[in-house]
Amino acid sequence: MFKGLNQVTRLKETASQTAGPYVHIGLAPKQAGFDIFEKNFTNVLTTPNTKGERIRVEGRVIDGSGTPLRDVLIEIWQTNSAGRYNHPADRQDKPLEEDFRGWGRGSSDFETGLYTFETVKPGQVEGRSGRVMAPHINFWIVARGINIGLNTRMYFSDEEDANAKDPVLNLIEWEVRRKTLIAQRSEKNGEVVYRFDIRIQGEDETVFFDI
Amino acid sequence: MSNAIQQFGEFLQRDKTVHPPAYTPNYKTSVLRSPKNALISLQNSLSEITGPIFRPDELGPLDNDLILNYAKEGLPIGERIVVHGYVVDEFGQPVRNALVEVWQANAGGRYRHKKDQYIVPIDPNFGGCGRMLTDDNGYYYYRTIKPGPYPWRNQVNDWRPAHIHYAISGSGWAQRLITQMYFEADPMIADCPIVKSINNEEAVRGLIATLDRGAFIQLDSLAYRFDIVLRGARATLFENKIQGGK
Repeated sequence: MFKGLNQVTRLKETASQTAGPYVHIGLAPKQAGFDIFEKNFTNVLTTPNTKGERIRVEGRVIDGSGTPLRDVLIEIWQTNSAGRYNHPADRQDKPLEEDFRGWGRGSSDFETGLYTFETVKPGQVEGRSGRVMAPHINFWIVARGINIGLNTRMYFSDEEDANAKDPVLNLIEWEVRRKTLIAQRSEKNGEVVYRFDIRIQGEDETVFFDI
Repeated sequence: MSNAIQQFGEFLQRDKTVHPPAYTPNYKTSVLRSPKNALISLQNSLSEITGPIFRPDELGPLDNDLILNYAKEGLPIGERIVVHGYVVDEFGQPVRNALVEVWQANAGGRYRHKKDQYIVPIDPNFGGCGRMLTDDNGYYYYRTIKPGPYPWRNQVNDWRPAHIHYAISGSGWAQRLITQMYFEADPMIADCPIVKSINNEEAVRGLIATLDRGAFIQLDSLAYRFDIVLRGARATLFENKIQGGK
């Protein structure tokens, strides 16, 4: 592999391929219609001990014709309510909760296209150059027809001040597009619900990131 | 521990020439499922360099044995194979503790999925999914049945080559990758619109597992070698300092 003193060689990242229509077999087999693993990864991030405000995130992923994707798989990644990621690279001086991983995997309903996550509202986390980022949840979306996973972020409608200062939202030149990343808060039967619809294409196309 | 910290630097920018573009009309489903706007480029922050960490006790002892993990009344039908390889980053460093998840059709080309209606029967003894963590060398392996090719609704006469789907979680969110592994010498690879969504011959070759005669299990299984490269993490720490470090 080492070819010469002045030659910089690197391996190339393995190419992406679509997850296909049957992604559930591998990543959510119960939804595919069978039970195989003893322990399954789920869309519930919380345990009874998890600190912070309990929230439900729900929405649909919508294609260029306005039709919800009913075969989409979504993973989310977030900090705990104090704003710390459960990962050794996060060395912020904030409390870590060992049993809150901050990761969840969900898929849309085969009939309605609705996805949901049960989690807590994340805290603020340090961004680049010490600039604090507004609370957000990182999304990764794969499905049939998506050649490479789509990355986006969900922000919170009740964090107007923090959102206005958020370095990532402010990177988006078109103010009208920033709104596509902000989930609307509501309360249903005493539960806090954030609605986050993701539009892959068309009017109000969601902002996706090259991370 | 110093090694462990080093691998958590910022990730190299993704080289888009090795990946399929979002919009590939010969793979028809991509037409309405591809963003039309340019992606917004983001420098890595903690949100991108961190990611979920998985533990061995979250997996079962047979999770990487697709021959046995759904065997109900007998063994699944088909060619028995071992698939193995290394998960490394662009610098050739092993990616330890990476979660590798695989799924596939059975030997006849049918998935155990409520939406798959292909005429070939379901194999009662084959689930078609497995998962494992890489070891300290980035090594993984599993046993399975070689999947069959199958027709699909794209152009009327399109067939998928035999393939196994992979989902890999490395050490950070920005490394997340889903791909498919194909088999050496399969004539269907060249015709597949999903394979052809990649406009880079070298990148396609990287998705083709090689028959590995040295790893055959005698009188039992063929073996294929498939190495995976995830994005490289720079050795320098995020903005050259430890987060929160004094």
